[in-house]
Amino acid sequence: MEAEKIQHMHEHQDHEHGMMTGHIKPEQGQQGESTEELEYRSLMKKWWLAATVSVPVILVSYPNLFPGLRELLPMGSQQLWWARLIMGILALFVVIRSGGQFFVGTWEGLKQRSANMNTLIATGVSAAWLYSLVALFWPQIFPRPEMADVYYDVTTVVTALVVLGSALEVKAKGRSSEAINKLVALQPQTANVVRDGKEVKVPLEEINIGDQIIVRPGEKVAIDGTVVSGSSAIDESMLTGESIPVEKNEGDEVFGGTLNKTGSFTFKVTKEQKDSALANIVEMVKQAQGSRIPVQKVVDQISSIFTPGVIIAAILGYIVWYDFGPQPGWVYALIVAVTTLIIACPCALGMATPMSLTTGIGKGAENGILIRSGEALQIAQKLRTIVMDKTGTITEGKPSLTDIVPLGKFTEEELLLISASVEQGSEHPLASAIVEKAKEKGLTPVKSEGFNAIPGHGVEGTVDGKMIYFGNLKLMKEKGIPLDGFNSYAASMADQGKTPMFLAINGEAGGIVAVADIVKKDSLSVIHELKSMGLEVVMITGDNERTARAIAKQVGIDQVLAEVLPQHKAENVRRLQEEGKKVAMVGDGINDAPALTQADVGIAIGTGTDVAIEASDITLISGSLEGVVRAIRVSRATMKNIYEGLFGAFIYNAIGIPIALGVLYPFTGILLSPLVAAAAMAFSSLTVVLNANRLKQLKLKFN
Amino acid sequence: MNWFVTVVGLLLIGVIAWYFWGPKKGGSLAETNASGFQEAKILVKNGYNPSRIVVQSGKPVRFEFTRIETGACDGMVIFPGFEKSATLPAGEKVIVDLPPMKTGSYDFTCQMGMFRGKIIVKN
Repeated sequence: MEAEKIQHMHEHQDHEHGMMTGHIKPEQGQQGESTEELEYRSLMKKWWLAATVSVPVILVSYPNLFPGLRELLPMGSQQLWWARLIMGILALFVVIRSGGQFFVGTWEGLKQRSANMNTLIATGVSAAWLYSLVALFWPQIFPRPEMADVYYDVTTVVTALVVLGSALEVKAKGRSSEAINKLVALQPQTANVVRDGKEVKVPLEEINIGDQIIVRPGEKVAIDGTVVSGSSAIDESMLTGESIPVEKNEGDEVFGGTLNKTGSFTFKVTKEQKDSALANIVEMVKQAQGSRIPVQKVVDQISSIFTPGVIIAAILGYIVWYDFGPQPGWVYALIVAVTTLIIACPCALGMATPMSLTTGIGKGAENGILIRSGEALQIAQKLRTIVMDKTGTITEGKPSLTDIVPLGKFTEEELLLISASVEQGSEHPLASAIVEKAKEKGLTPVKSEGFNAIPGHGVEGTVDGKMIYFGNLKLMKEKGIPLDGFNSYAASMADQGKTPMFLAINGEAGGIVAVADIVKKDSLSVIHELKSMGLEVVMITGDNERTARAIAKQVGIDQVLAEVLPQHKAENVRRLQEEGKKVAMVGDGINDAPALTQADVGIAIGTGTDVAIEASDITLISGSLEGVVRAIRVSRATMKNIYEGLFGAFIYNAIGIPIALGVLYPFTGILLSPLVAAAAMAFSSLTVVLNANRLKQLKLKFN
Repeated sequence: MNWFVTVVGLLLIGVIAWYFWGPKKGGSLAETNASGFQEAKILVKNGYNPSRIVVQSGKPVRFEFTRIETGACDGMVIFPGFEKSATLPAGEKVIVDLPPMKTGSYDFTCQMGMFRGKIIVKN
């Protein structure tokens, strides 16, 4: 029966919109305006109406305060009675037009046996209006004539202030979710697709996987794909937070929403829009913004009993003031009850956490940091230890050539050319580092003959008629190459974490070429910054102790866990946790998945915009280690902001409600006016929202 | 001391406490559709209507939310027990799927926890 009724209601409500699953679409009203904008404008209209009517209502409520009016409308006169009647009608009009939503909200809540902020305002406002009505028409039922005063000013001013408060709140709230809207707005709506050999502008929805899209300088990439021809530099800062444009060549991935800077290129669409990196990021940020943090549980319990509690307090206040308060009891009791209903602000309490969380997580997303949940954020703030994987996290993750030391008659350049020539056939990663370096220097490797890889030793071959051996000390010894004490060079290179290789030319030592997985350029400053933030940094790696120590020394890490097999990384993290520390693990998310899961906060360093790293709590979209500092900073600032908001809201209610109930009256004679209560209430929830918006000014960059 | 005001006031308090905090019964039963989902349509307007949804344990649940007002308060629905949330644009249907549940009751709320609903899972 009930279900049938609901079904029926829905038939009326069915709109032509489709279902909203997976699509990126900004929230829009009919005229392309956001619903927030519409809501704001409607509330502002209500505010102006209530404010305008409030002016004459205040005048007529206290005519003896205003010279001129005092004589025109003397107390107890027939003119004043009529003026007040008109004010009463105007006030009713304001309550209905400007404050109608309080009553609708109250009624909807009552049907579900729940009470909310609307209930408090509606009850307070109608109590004041009804009292005034009785005072106007049946003054004889009041024991003394001065008790038959009207409170139409309370109805209109309270309505005006509360409505203004909500209008400003809507505006400020809109700003807190700006980050998401910015991300959504990145998505271009059309793209230049090649169809039947011709270039046509096609709306996004009609693009299919496999389509080829042409992108010119200054245009946005419409969707995720792979470059098939051309090259360019692309600004990916909107997704990664990294300001330097990224070079893209044939075969490289490009991402929807990023901005093409220099060249033109064509790419093939590889993903549907709903699976794109941008759509994933938007979805993840939305989920995180909607998640709850553990501290919210307490707040939830309070706010679920808050509103009826306040109504009960107001009634108790009424009884106590009526029975024990000064005369006229009716009047004091009414003021106390109405003030209590109006000053209580469940909104400020309920809003503190979600507002800050939305802003903080949005701020992170703008900087290429995806915080997966509110819980991750809360723990990240308590971190004591940061464990970092070495390869790919502190270092670049791939070897590059660092030194060439000539030992005989050959120059550095000749040594590079010879080693690149002999290595070009090799598939070893060290070889590609050398070949790449040669190309970078403008050298073209020559053809080598008789190439042969000697596993565990190195390679041999003939270049330009010279017999070449290129490999480690073992190879040199086996081939009987005299090293004449050059070995000490090699040893010192190894101490620096490099891999030295000897180049022998025609049976003589020609030089040493060293290759190393070099440290990322920001690793040193990031680790320094983390330490100055009071965090302990530990490096974990599968490499040997010597290489590990060398890298650790370069970046300023004192604690090293070396020769740890990938499967034992999680175990090491657990041991640190057993010391009672909150531990974060920073890794690449693929090999380090178990350790990321074991850690209190798993921070995955993404490659490109690969956000499908399930094991992590925080994902750094750009490969930069600086994201770790930013992530911790944003977490700390957001949690601080949440506590500020919660503290403010608790204190406000804990002080405001007793004052409204009149606890100060016996000692100081102070009794709050409902008008002041309305202003305080509107201001309190606005303060919480504005405080959350302060997070947007947070500086996350350093150096 | 006015006995009339005191007694009426205390009675009113009793009624309010019972009405808002007292045991609640009933709730609307979700219907099972062809694909095995128990479906419930919920209208969002200053709260959830219906706000108490009765479902059977062990079967997935599909909610269809329609928000028919523009107030900023209930623009998002959150299922705290499931780490799930959804934005509800005004005037649009939004589907939220939940996995099969064990018997008990689970809350769903607006982002600020002011508007609340309950899922009651029975055998």
